[in-house]
Amino acid sequence: MSQIPVELVKLLIALVAIAAFVGLNGLVLVYLERKVAGHIQRRPGPFEVGPHGLLQPLADAVKLIGKQLFTPKNADGFLFWLAPIISFLPALLLFVPIPFGPVATGMEMNLGLLLILAFSGLNVLALCLAGWGSNNKYGVLGAARAVAQSVAYEIPLLLAVLAIAFQTGSLNLSEIVQGQGGWPWQWNAMVQPLAFIIYFVSALGETNRAPFDLPEAESELTAGFHTEYSGMGFGLFFLAEYANMIVVCSVAVALFLGGWHGPFFDGSWWFLAKVYVLLLIMIWLRWTFPRVRFDQLLNINWKWLMPLALLNLLITAFVTKLS
Amino acid sequence: MTAIKKIWENVSGLWSLIVGLRITGKNFMDKQITLHYPRETVSKSQLEGFRGPLELVGKPKDPGSPKCIACMMCVSACPSNCLTVVKAKAPVLTEEELQAMKDAEARGEKVTKPKAPKEPIKFIYDFTLCSLCGSCVENCAVNSLRYSSNVYLASTDRNDFKMDLLARLATQAQAKTPPTEPENSTRED
Ligand code: SF4
Ligand code: SF4
Repeated sequence: MSQIPVELVKLLIALVAIAAFVGLNGLVLVYLERKVAGHIQRRPGPFEVGPHGLLQPLADAVKLIGKQLFTPKNADGFLFWLAPIISFLPALLLFVPIPFGPVATGMEMNLGLLLILAFSGLNVLALCLAGWGSNNKYGVLGAARAVAQSVAYEIPLLLAVLAIAFQTGSLNLSEIVQGQGGWPWQWNAMVQPLAFIIYFVSALGETNRAPFDLPEAESELTAGFHTEYSGMGFGLFFLAEYANMIVVCSVAVALFLGGWHGPFFDGSWWFLAKVYVLLLIMIWLRWTFPRVRFDQLLNINWKWLMPLALLNLLITAFVTKLS
Repeated sequence: MTAIKKIWENVSGLWSLIVGLRITGKNFMDKQITLHYPRETVSKSQLEGFRGPLELVGKPKDPGSPKCIACMMCVSACPSNCLTVVKAKAPVLTEEELQAMKDAEARGEKVTKPKAPKEPIKFIYDFTLCSLCGSCVENCAVNSLRYSSNVYLASTDRNDFKMDLLARLATQAQAKTPPTEPENSTRED
């Protein structure tokens, strides 16, 4: 027993904790999303199952799990079922370097930020496989859109993140958090507001959240890449989407909003509170803006986000060099 | 110049996004406008402007019979043929009455034959076809049609939606239910 390194045990515990966290958050976010949608449309949202519909997500989960897993005729069965797994498993890994608190970090690594950026790309592969494997034209179209969109939005996202990395001289998320203070004016978002906005918009595009939810646009593509998925096949994509949302919001909090630092008392609760505020804003955006057209989506990216992000990066590099 | 204009257009477009967020944000804070249906009932004010299946308006003095003059304007206005109106026939005269009229005519008196009364004897409305477009309501010369505010309409039999509006009006008058809406409240929108 003594040969097992402590670091490995810690990592395992962290992974289990993360899996639980992701599952729980999935339930909470499903509930929140439906409630917020309800209130914005001035109806109660889920209300019948449990007090104020609190048990509704559980009922949904049971329903999803209970459904038959169905492989369409002539589909590539292997790729078809590999896709949801590829989509979901890396999402767990993405949480490992995120500093939830002074000690609550899955694993300290110098290249934490790089790991997140690298592994988040796997989601695109998953969507691509899902669309391709389903033997469905809508699926293929959704996959093609997913690839075009993710590739495009990854670039300004990277550039925005890079600006922070330049500024702090580190890719270690914990270190970046340490460099910021508790009060809002000590956050990186104050120094780099443009980078923050670019990051947030690209993050919406990366996670396929409305108004950038073109890969699954139900009005044009029925359900895009997951048209053919039933039961937990769809459920895993769903969970992965929520997990990815939490990841991008967590990274945003760590990079731009002071992480677990907060006024008066530092701690994980600040981190979670900030993450949830960002998530709520994401949900709010979803129920406010109509879906963009595909050319608009790409135009926003290539004509606005990219040049602005580049400009921001150049200025950051210049200023860092001078000071 | 046009490039600057284009850029400005885009930037000012950003403002519209914020306006949108403000609107949904305000709605989020507002009271909800739907009901928990089986537990709550719909109040009168919530039914304002609601378009339920058509009903006839009774005469002010005789609420059991409709204002309708059987002009058939509604029937010809309806794009979906929902309405069937049958005009009342002229009363059939008996032999003696006919004879009496002939005699009177022979004496040089002025005789008026009894005319058909201006009222329908049948007013059937098929709600399954109706799109609640309102053409009939708008075209009625005497404002004899209006929307009811029946929100609890449900049935498993389509025949239940073929409504005899005359019978409905009669029972309404009998039950002395106050009219569900003020008389001239056919909504204009
Ligand atoms: S509301 Fe329109 S469809 Fe319905 S009966 Fe009147 S004219 Fe016909
Ligand atoms: S309801 Fe109005 S339009 Fe229709 S027949 Fe009667 S008077 Fe004419």
